[in-house]
Amino acid sequence: MDIKEIIKPENLVYQKTKLMTDAPLSYCPGCGHGTAHRITMEVVEEMGIWEDTIGVAPVGCSVLAYDFMNIDMTQAAHGRAPAVATGIKRTWPEKFVFTYQGDGDLAAIGGNETLHACNRGENIVIIFVNNGIYGMTGGQMAPTTLPGMKSSTSPYGRDIATMGHPLKMTELIAQLPGTYFVTRQAVHTPAAVRKAKKAIRIAFETQREKKGLAFVEIVSNCNSGWKMNPVDANNWMVDNMFPYFPLGDIKVNGELIK
Amino acid sequence: MSEVKLMKGNEAVAEAAILAGVDAYFGYPITPQSEVIEYLMVERPEDRTGMVVLQAESEIAAINMVYGAAGTGKRVMTSSSSPGVSLKQEGISYIAGSELPCVIVNVVRGGPGLGTIQPSQADYFQSTKGGGHGDYRLLVLAPASVQEMADFVDLAFDLAFKYRNPVMILSDGVIGQMMEKITLPAQKPRLSNEEIIERYGDWATTGKPSTRERNIITSLELDPYRQETHNHKLQAKYKKMEENEVRFEAINCEDADYVIVAYGSSARISQKTMQLARAKGHKVGLFRLISLFPFPKNELNKLADTVKGFLAVEMSAGQMIEDVRLAVNGKKPAEHYGRFGGVVHSPEEVLIALEQKIIGG
Ligand SMILES: Cc1ncc(C[n+]2csc(CCOP(=O)(O)OP(=O)(O)O)c2C)c(N)n1
Ligand code: SF4
Ligand SMILES: [Mg+2]
Repeated sequence: MDIKEIIKPENLVYQKTKLMTDAPLSYCPGCGHGTAHRITMEVVEEMGIWEDTIGVAPVGCSVLAYDFMNIDMTQAAHGRAPAVATGIKRTWPEKFVFTYQGDGDLAAIGGNETLHACNRGENIVIIFVNNGIYGMTGGQMAPTTLPGMKSSTSPYGRDIATMGHPLKMTELIAQLPGTYFVTRQAVHTPAAVRKAKKAIRIAFETQREKKGLAFVEIVSNCNSGWKMNPVDANNWMVDNMFPYFPLGDIKVNGELIK
Repeated sequence: MSEVKLMKGNEAVAEAAILAGVDAYFGYPITPQSEVIEYLMVERPEDRTGMVVLQAESEIAAINMVYGAAGTGKRVMTSSSSPGVSLKQEGISYIAGSELPCVIVNVVRGGPGLGTIQPSQADYFQSTKGGGHGDYRLLVLAPASVQEMADFVDLAFDLAFKYRNPVMILSDGVIGQMMEKITLPAQKPRLSNEEIIERYGDWATTGKPSTRERNIITSLELDPYRQETHNHKLQAKYKKMEENEVRFEAINCEDADYVIVAYGSSARISQKTMQLARAKGHKVGLFRLISLFPFPKNELNKLADTVKGFLAVEMSAGQMIEDVRLAVNGKKPAEHYGRFGGVVHSPEEVLIALEQKIIGG
């Protein structure tokens, strides 16, 4: 059978969302950023809101998110995405506004902007990709780097006594009354991807219903920064990151779980 | 329709923002400009025009809120005083780099560091030479009265949108805090979202319809050659500003032997000095800068052909004097006088300096 006979609309089982551009992704093979982008855009497409959605890209590996997401976007200074999104949402309250940020961006340099946007209950979605490291700048220690974990600025492993503890930003902001939906997900298996996408859908529905801030953490690998191949990186993530950053919903309908 | 009122400079800026149809103000309290946000919170512009007012968690957050909203084509403003404006510099650099319109008010106080809450003009370099990182310029307007604090808001927005560039209103603690009688303009309506999309749809991030390509607000360009091209474009824009937006007021300069160059409250003080000097028989004029960038260099250079010397009066250890000397280009002596660190010079002190440094010399 000729291949051309197989490529027919009725045989289509998967199609790239039209909200992802054709630009080749700049991410390392196996990195979670690309998947996180895709499911975010799929949700925006499935909700039919792309004409009314404005995204805010961070400084980090995903700085070029605007090259890949086929919607209007603003690139924010390092850590300032929640403030930039606040400016957009306050002046266009009927639009859907989201930020997409890494852990260094959101939890270190942008800690204050994150905390206060959450505390004000800004009606936005924050997608937070936690890979425990500064990927873009070559693998330096992040606020989320695990105890004992090696990075280029913790070459002998993160020493808690002098370098502090990994920051559980998601648990922290879940305590604030301004957050309505807070969850931690991953994108390393098809099942995890489906769950993460569902969570992103709830986050955007939260915004549609004007309930407050919705926060979706995605624990991801940074195989380059961790100096591992993609498979080992995902295994390492399951064995080491998940115990410290357990997956699951943290706050649903404005109520903390447990 | 216009209304006469007695107001503080800071209140005038705030009221003028509402009247100019500004869409949003984001700020953080700092003396001597906290009255701007206080006035806005009391006035509830949300009810008057639909203008959004938000107290941010920091000046950094405030300028980034401005950046976000400005990127959507809205008319957005922030205000602060020196230490707060230092914090805003990264954001201002992003706004300049991504070519967005906005208005920033700096009611300058004495520094460096936490300094003093008293008036100063020591942020001249920061305001006119860029301030943050990279090659960029702000359009800088210097009000010398409460009336101009109000008038320059609408002017600043016109210029900001004309050039898609941040405009700074560089005031100082004297102008911000003093009360004067002013005439307020009539209320301008805010643009509707439809009008914004129609006017700025070719660049503003208002949500991508199927009828156009996506709009992206960014100052990032990984390819240095394209970044250089972008910088050339910015430089061409600044050159256009230099050709078209020079603003100044020359008082008694036609017959003057000596000219005081000053802006803001130093210009007000020097106007009195000019009167005192004229009463003593010295032919003194006042060249008041209104635009600090662009700097009226050609006009000052021409003036150097007919006068014997210049005194640059500013509440700093000598910043504007550098631009005066560049403009005069050695044709005539140009000296500096100013109290600083929060101390305001008196007209008499300026007269003594004028006599000692320029007239006597
Ligand atoms: C003000 C400022 N400080 C530092 C940097 C350098 N920098 C760029 S990306 C980055 C870290 C990004 O890490 P993260 O947010 O975790 O994103 P990742 O690349 O891991 O996805 C840093 C420190 C910068 N661009 N701006
Ligand atoms: S450096 Fe890390 S975060 Fe960046 S693209 Fe590569 S794997 Fe992903
Ligand atoms: Mg990271």
